[in-house]
Amino acid sequence: MYAIQTSDLTKYYTAKGFSGRRKKFRGILNLNLTVSKGDFFGFIGPNGAGKSTTIRTLLGLISPTGGKAEIFGKDIAAQKTEILSDIGYMPSEAFFYRNQKVKEIIKLSADFRQKDCSAEAARLCERLALDTEKKISELSLGNRKKVSVVCALQHMPKLCILDEPTSGLDPLMQRELYAVLEERNRQGVTVFLSSHVLSEIQRYCKHAAIIREGKLLVSDSVEHLGHTKAKRVTVRGIDVPPAISQIKDVQKNGDALRFLYSGEPNLLLHSLAKLPLTDISITEPDLEEVFLHYYAKEGA
Amino acid sequence: MTLLKHELSQGKQMLFIWTAVIAGMLGVCIFIYPEIKGEMSDIGSMFSNLGSFSAAFGMDKISFGTFLGFFSVECGNILGLGGAFFAALLGISSLSKEEKEQTAEFLLTHPIHRSSIVLQKLFALVLQILILNAIVTGVTALSIYAIGESPDIKTLALLLLAYLILQLETAAVCFGISAFLSGSGSGIGLGTAALFYFLNILANLTEELRFLKFITPFSYAEGADIITENSLHLQYLSIGLAAAAISILAAFYWYSKKDIV
Repeated sequence: MYAIQTSDLTKYYTAKGFSGRRKKFRGILNLNLTVSKGDFFGFIGPNGAGKSTTIRTLLGLISPTGGKAEIFGKDIAAQKTEILSDIGYMPSEAFFYRNQKVKEIIKLSADFRQKDCSAEAARLCERLALDTEKKISELSLGNRKKVSVVCALQHMPKLCILDEPTSGLDPLMQRELYAVLEERNRQGVTVFLSSHVLSEIQRYCKHAAIIREGKLLVSDSVEHLGHTKAKRVTVRGIDVPPAISQIKDVQKNGDALRFLYSGEPNLLLHSLAKLPLTDISITEPDLEEVFLHYYAKEGA
Repeated sequence: MTLLKHELSQGKQMLFIWTAVIAGMLGVCIFIYPEIKGEMSDIGSMFSNLGSFSAAFGMDKISFGTFLGFFSVECGNILGLGGAFFAALLGISSLSKEEKEQTAEFLLTHPIHRSSIVLQKLFALVLQILILNAIVTGVTALSIYAIGESPDIKTLALLLLAYLILQLETAAVCFGISAFLSGSGSGIGLGTAALFYFLNILANLTEELRFLKFITPFSYAEGADIITENSLHLQYLSIGLAAAAISILAAFYWYSKKDIV
């Protein structure tokens, strides 16, 4: 049984277009995603790729147009309330009832779950240096996100879903948040997070998936993703790369020319042999480069 | 019941202000009655002879010189219209405020059925209206006792009951609309209450527009009719209750499947 399993999960939004007529807009298309229990899973994609749509569908905030999804083997449509008991969710933008104090919001969240989470909440507040006497309206985005961390984790969920968890948090708090998540993960909790920050995914996640225009491009271990067919090539002595179609993401940095190459090695070596190179290195790309590799459209 | 308590806590300031204003104005209105009572018979006959204006406010059927006649017109407008505005604001914001204030994501990612959310919010809405009316009834009773009037209790109770049902229906209709909204609906809420009020005035003005009585809840809360018939107009009331029930069912249906984007 997977922590998360989606089968052809599809969501179209209906909204008014520029002409004033109602149009369908793509959210996610035939998404087939599996996240194993106990995984630390990163979900990568730029704005509008479908990350938040996927998360909101899994949480039952929006209904899928097609396909289905299960969390711990339970159907997201039929067993939504049971599923939500096992989930801790941290949204990308944390909004709460503005006139309430932090401690009231944390207590409200625990009461909604019919649990006494006061001990764990106090521990988390201390670790995150969160002043529980302040009103929500007095908090910065970073502090509101700390409140959402406490609300997401205080009830010891089996699955943590975090949408852009570190945006708005200072570096120290980012590190503390990941320390908490790693502790929970070691205890068997599944962590599923979306992020733009690829270094975070590379550093903390065991597996990752890349989504583009609502479609899942790849889902694999972070280690395997780094071993993609694409290589980062850095050469010196030339200003223009060889005329090979499989070259992408060309960058000129001082006297170094860097590009991603995803074709046959012999073809590259044969082309480079004809050029007056003074230096060459061919390395595995980091996750950011893998991401760019998957995102670079054909012919770009 | 957590959400019910939360809703009551969130709405207590608004409830306090509206209750204080309506009960206060009603109390003042009752307290000035003894002072103007003597002049009322003359004023009353003048008011009852203003043609369409008198008909619009039901003053052609009742005596302004009696306490209940005075109460139904003066206090009825305060409690009827003021209460309807309060009920409309409560109803229209009940569900939509979560999306407007972006708290829906927080609320709906907790393990609570959406139907339970709708139910608890509805209970909170009804409770707040009941609290306002209980306090207003108490203030009315004390004020009447203080000025030494002894109106017919049944008629007075019917008037107060009619205003309560009017508020509940207005709240229910706005609650139903609220499920379809994702932004602020206060304009729609206040507009709905005002529309109901003016539809009743229009229906009173001319026989051709009499059918409007079936649309507005102010029809069964018409003080002049209640005093003269000593009962509520059951036909108007039944339609009002049906409209309230349909609105509530629509809220349950739509909110349960609504996408929170």
